[in-house]
Amino acid sequence: MENVDSVKAKAIRTGSRPRRRSSLWSQALQQLLKNKLAVSGLAVVMLVAIVCFAGPLFSPYTDNKINMALMNKPPSMQHWLGTDKLGRDVLTRVMQAGRISLTVGLASMVLSVFLGTLLGAVAGYYRGIVDQVIMRVADLLLTIPGLPLLFICGALLSDWKVPTDYRMYIVMLMLSLVNWPGLARMIRGQMLSLREREFMQAAVVLGLRDRRKLFYHLIPNLIPLIIVMATLNIGGAILSESVLSFFGLGVMPPTPTWGNMIDAANNMIDFQEHPWLWIPPGVSIFATVIAINVFGDGLRDVLDPKMKR
Amino acid sequence: MSILLKIDRLVTQFPAEEGVIKAVDGVSLRVLQGETVCIVGESGCGKSVTALSVMGLFQGIAGADIRGSILFEDRDLLALSRHELRAVRGNEIAMIFQEPMSSLNPVLTIGEQLMEPLLEHLKLSKKEARKKAVELIEQVGISRPEQIVKCYPHELSGGMLQRVMIAMAISCRPKLLIADEPTTALDVTIQAQILDTLRRIKEESGMSILLITHDLGVVAEIADYVVVMYAGKVVEEGEVTRLFEAPKHPYTRGLLRSKPVLGQREESLYSIPGQVPDLLALSPSCYFYDRCEHGMEICRHREPALGEVGERQRAACWLYEEAKAHA
Repeated sequence: MENVDSVKAKAIRTGSRPRRRSSLWSQALQQLLKNKLAVSGLAVVMLVAIVCFAGPLFSPYTDNKINMALMNKPPSMQHWLGTDKLGRDVLTRVMQAGRISLTVGLASMVLSVFLGTLLGAVAGYYRGIVDQVIMRVADLLLTIPGLPLLFICGALLSDWKVPTDYRMYIVMLMLSLVNWPGLARMIRGQMLSLREREFMQAAVVLGLRDRRKLFYHLIPNLIPLIIVMATLNIGGAILSESVLSFFGLGVMPPTPTWGNMIDAANNMIDFQEHPWLWIPPGVSIFATVIAINVFGDGLRDVLDPKMKR
Repeated sequence: MSILLKIDRLVTQFPAEEGVIKAVDGVSLRVLQGETVCIVGESGCGKSVTALSVMGLFQGIAGADIRGSILFEDRDLLALSRHELRAVRGNEIAMIFQEPMSSLNPVLTIGEQLMEPLLEHLKLSKKEARKKAVELIEQVGISRPEQIVKCYPHELSGGMLQRVMIAMAISCRPKLLIADEPTTALDVTIQAQILDTLRRIKEESGMSILLITHDLGVVAEIADYVVVMYAGKVVEEGEVTRLFEAPKHPYTRGLLRSKPVLGQREESLYSIPGQVPDLLALSPSCYFYDRCEHGMEICRHREPALGEVGERQRAACWLYEEAKAHA
């Protein structure tokens, strides 16, 4: 309360009103900051990202040298989270894996949001045959359960002996391909109602071009929705990538990802005897995905209250 | 004065489950250069559909059937391609709507929206367009234009937004401004200001206005020529003074009687009995027959045509056809 009063007092003294531009965004931010859960979610995600991207810089084990003498050692002062079956430091690998997992999640989100928004917006705006074609393709992709589809793609990649270096990028593409239809459907639905709004009729009578109307007048109205969907999408993408890698169909070792590190839990001996191999990546996935979703939920409550259940 | 817009036997109909709805049924009217023509009528009489047909807003909408011709400076607007039509809209014919609150995009600033037609039709640079936007806002009588261009629509009042809409509409100096109930959503004092603004801009630029309203006060205030519509048809038209002094069609008379007169105390205001006929169930007759106090046998079977009833005044009523026939 004090704060508000002092701001007001200052405004009166200086004879100027506080800046009101983009007040909707600052209002949304204020509201978001009040949501403790969402803020802590964001904090966790930031923490994970900082640790993953900056952490390896301080680690002496980044060369991932194979050292049979250090095989499967439990956590110690030298190796805080122990070593794996090739004698590599688990903590360093978890951080390096985090880089890959987060990057894959982020990149595939960007791509699927881009595809989903573009195709959904075009379908909803033009309707008719364009809509039919785009949405039937989307429906087709939606009818096939995502995971089996990804498995088939992954298996094909393995069969074609795609170099492991490229697999990371191909996994991103695969994930976006599976994720865009849901987004496109949502955007199209919003577009169908937006295009009939009175201000769009006003844009028509001004004689504006379709492209201008679509990208300058309509899509900005969807930005809150897009932000929310994008955030929630990252968590999903990280999870899907982990599942794929866990089954050895995503990003391949030696490139570490959280998913292919938990693969250790597949092995009864490692599962029982060497829990430091699979608990750290497991906890990382769990914490990151939960944090992203909690943050996304908070964001949705603020930006898109209509979607609140 | 030359004819700017000539609508000839315009029919606009839409398919519905129960049949075809003739929203506009053979309307002819013309707008001279620099003239203000008002279309008056109650809800559902087809006045808005007439205006939207001129703008070509029904083209490409499934099932909408538009016939007749709409000549704008000798070009038939109904025959233009999408591309040609876009070059006319906003540029030569502009339009403002009833609800200023919902006619502006909530996520773009006033300035950004004002610049749109300038960039599109006049091909101004962004910098010139921004400058012009400020000038336009000033021109429609809003103070602090520099601040206003940076505002979002929700930060302004309805009256200000309607002025912004007018500014947007006149930005490319159109020859015709179509105003679809521009004052209906505003309170009375603001209404008067908006009408004043419209009149002033019209005088400055010499454009014509096609104003759609159900408010006879607005008509008296601004119109040169009045067209009264009923059930998709023109029932009477004439110069505003003549029409108000000597309305001929029983419907026009009813309309004029049902408005309050200052200084006269009445128990209750007159209203025309009955309702607008169902547009789906029309038979060849005078559509006003059910509600008319002068109903005659012929009104039930034959449709009256629009005929001269005075100088520059025409009405579609058997009362006058009969009189002429006897004379």
